[in-house]
Amino acid sequence: MRRSSDARVLAGICGGLSQATGIDVTILRIGFVLVGLASGVPVLVYALAWLVVPVDDETTNIFSRAINDRRGIRLVIAVIPVVVVTQIVVSALHIGFVGIISWPVFFAVGLTILIWRNASEAERVWMNDDLVPMLSIGSGGGGRGKLILRVSAGALVGAGGIVVLIIGHPSTAALRPLGGALLVIAAIVIIFGPWWLSLARDLMSEREARALAEERAQMAAHVHDSVLQTLALIQRSADDPQNVVRLARSQERELRAWLFEGRAPGAISEDATMLAEGVGLLQRHVEADHGITVQVVLVGDCDLTDGLRALLDAAREATVNAAKWSGAPQASLYAEVEPHAVMLYVRDRGRGFDPDDVPDDRQGIAQSIKARMARYGGAVVIRSSPGEGTEVELSMPR
Amino acid sequence: MSDSAAGGGRPRIFLVEDHTVFRAGVRAELGDAVEVIGEADEVAAAIELINERLPDVVLLDVHLPGGGGQAVLRGVLPHHPEVQFLALSVSDAPEDVIAVIRAGARGYITKTISGGELLQAVYRVAAGDAVFSPRLAGFVLDAFSQMSMTGTLSTGLDTELDQLSPREREVLRLIARGYTYKEVARDLTIATKTVESHVSSVLRKLQLSTRHELTRWATDRRLV
Repeated sequence: MRRSSDARVLAGICGGLSQATGIDVTILRIGFVLVGLASGVPVLVYALAWLVVPVDDETTNIFSRAINDRRGIRLVIAVIPVVVVTQIVVSALHIGFVGIISWPVFFAVGLTILIWRNASEAERVWMNDDLVPMLSIGSGGGGRGKLILRVSAGALVGAGGIVVLIIGHPSTAALRPLGGALLVIAAIVIIFGPWWLSLARDLMSEREARALAEERAQMAAHVHDSVLQTLALIQRSADDPQNVVRLARSQERELRAWLFEGRAPGAISEDATMLAEGVGLLQRHVEADHGITVQVVLVGDCDLTDGLRALLDAAREATVNAAKWSGAPQASLYAEVEPHAVMLYVRDRGRGFDPDDVPDDRQGIAQSIKARMARYGGAVVIRSSPGEGTEVELSMPR
Repeated sequence: MSDSAAGGGRPRIFLVEDHTVFRAGVRAELGDAVEVIGEADEVAAAIELINERLPDVVLLDVHLPGGGGQAVLRGVLPHHPEVQFLALSVSDAPEDVIAVIRAGARGYITKTISGGELLQAVYRVAAGDAVFSPRLAGFVLDAFSQMSMTGTLSTGLDTELDQLSPREREVLRLIARGYTYKEVARDLTIATKTVESHVSSVLRKLQLSTRHELTRWATDRRLV
């Protein structure tokens, strides 16, 4: 069984189950929720399945990555003192039910941390874009409805706490254990505080490191698109000195523009402001440099956003790949502007390949197409089989 | 109508095209699979010869001295509606393409088409079906989506002729992506014949829709 990446509300487990068993996914979901409300067991099973079952287009599961994520495990352990404090305060105040829920809450928090940190890039982008806005009533922005919801939720919890305190304890008796509890909390903050601080600092530096890595990836994609592509062209036209000189000169100009004027090389999309313009530039560049006819069909037009520029760069890479590997004299590029997204297809009728056989270190598909699209929340589907040609489907939200 | 083609014989072809080199190229590419019964390089001669020889299919260049491909269509179709026209062009300017289709051509292809595909297109038109190049499919999708946008706003009603069905839209989208009819059929799990009938129905809408938007769309595009 695999988790479904298409039919998912949370982790795609019901979708995967439905694919494996043939039962309708809606029935499975309703069943899950009903049994979950009654006993709680399916919730645990669901969370564990999230960890253990890989997504349908991946080979490793989250768990295998999580056991190597030492910092994530330390983060989870860091939550334990909070639970202990809660337990101590709760036992001091004799309000039992808070104590009962604190451990499940701990497990939930721990699982969330591990899943979040170890989910694949694609899944994280998905969670960021689709799941978090759905869950985060709290995070700023939002309309008045959200504010009202937040305030009333807070009021409800506060009122509940007050009611529990008043009912459970006559006012005088409650004060003394409260003071004690405060002391314990203070002690624990003093003991664990520095550790938490250093963890927070670690997290910050990790985020910086990730940003740096992302920048490197973008740079690698640019260098691949321009320098490496040009070197490949030069090798191919070794017996045509004039062409070699022309290629070297244009590459030199591009590199200078990049290093000294900050214009990214290979990024044809930077000169254009509209999609049609960008597609036209792409067509001209690829036809001039790679000797393939690009047949362009465009439906609709719109302003270029950063995401759509990335889409064009990825499309250019797909077209260049068609020119280099397919052996076909012509590639078709079809782009359609839809209300919420732009769909773009690059198709050739060349020799095709087996997408599972492409090594991960091949920059072209991994970095220049997939990662580039993922950075802006876009999606890539590659359909190809030997002898059947190749179609690259790119979609980017507007 | 095209009895010889339908009966399995070689379709009788007439070439209207002002480039001698291209005419020779087409003749060579089509080879023995068709019978070329005549050629013309300008409008008046073309009308006269076609009305006289009545070919199954006319391969018609959109850009022609003496009035363009449309003029040939207007000179033949009123007298001999059974003659099928397949438009050819290099330019791909939307207003030319739409105009020649609305004047009665059964299909449109670009001159970059391969020999095999050209032959298939000829057979298809000879059998009374429509032939859409990816470019034409894109034009039609674009034109009809703009029509439905302005149409519902200005008049509030869309006749059946003025909009594409979801299935027709799907078929056109795949053709625009460069799929052949056979590949479209496989992708949508329908018969190739069904694909052909969807395309023919789109062609009919394209020819019969009275919306000014269609022509205006085409001329607007020239400014872009």
